Amino acid sequence: MITLAHFIVLGAVLFCISVAGIFINRKNIIILLMAIELMLLAVNMNFVAFSRYLGDASGQVFVFFILTVAAAESAIGLAILVVLFRNRATINVGELDELKG
Amino acid sequence: MDLTLNLALFYAFAAVLVIAALGVVSVKNSVHAALLLVLTFVTSAALWLLMQAEFLAIALVLVYVGAVMVLFLFVVMMLDINTEPLREGFIRYLPVGIGVAVVMLAEMIGLIGVKSLATPAPIDPAGASNTAWLGNALFSNFLLPFETAAVILTVAVIAAIMLTLRKRVNTKYENPSWQVSVQAKDRVRIVKMASATKEAAAP
Repeated sequence: MITLAHFIVLGAVLFCISVAGIFINRKNIIILLMAIELMLLAVNMNFVAFSRYLGDASGQVFVFFILTVAAAESAIGLAILVVLFRNRATINVGELDELKG
Repeated sequence: MDLTLNLALFYAFAAVLVIAALGVVSVKNSVHAALLLVLTFVTSAALWLLMQAEFLAIALVLVYVGAVMVLFLFVVMMLDINTEPLREGFIRYLPVGIGVAVVMLAEMIGLIGVKSLATPAPIDPAGASNTAWLGNALFSNFLLPFETAAVILTVAVIAAIMLTLRKRVNTKYENPSWQVSVQAKDRVRIVKMASATKEAAAP
């Protein structure tokens, strides 16, 4: 029998993997964006599991909105990335220091 | 479906999911990372199907695998990236990353009660499908957020286009405002001229 705890633990594992990914890939902005997508997926997993086990549709509606906002976020993020690469010819986070005060 | 088969499927999908997610954050090639992320999304869609959240599982495949990951792949392949300097610090930050992740995981699992809900809530007694259930909630209680989401998507599309639009010199284009305000008399110019007459017959 699959319990709610199974899905929540899986979501927690996924979230921790993506946090570790942000730590170890701190120079590559593309992998950082992918880690953010993974984090959102972990959150969505929790939302769907709670919605299913509590019988409340709001959780799945929220996943719907998270999918929407995540799609918008990655579209704009990748557009910024393309512009950045066009101007600086690099996506290394360590070299992006133009806004330094 | 048999419950033990259900559980076995859950463990199989969870294993694939975790391994693919570990691959996303650790492989050297960004294209491989994007493809592993596709695997992650497909596997979690399968897990959501196991939870009988059919609509969201299909939406995840359509939106993420079909649109977002294709966008990622396009960008990764379009940019000519030298990955060597991007990998520096990978080994240095690896212990910190693993440490933080393990501590967070231990804390979160500690918070999850052992006696949590064992049986899922019954599927809608009226016999409606998951999609109808979700649609009823979406178009009644969440109508305003739904429309806001549509506005957000439109703004995102326009913003993404405006960010990447590049003004080039020497391109030929039509001015749309002139194009729509064109009148019939601008298109055809009628010229009055004397009609040609037949030459006098040759002698």
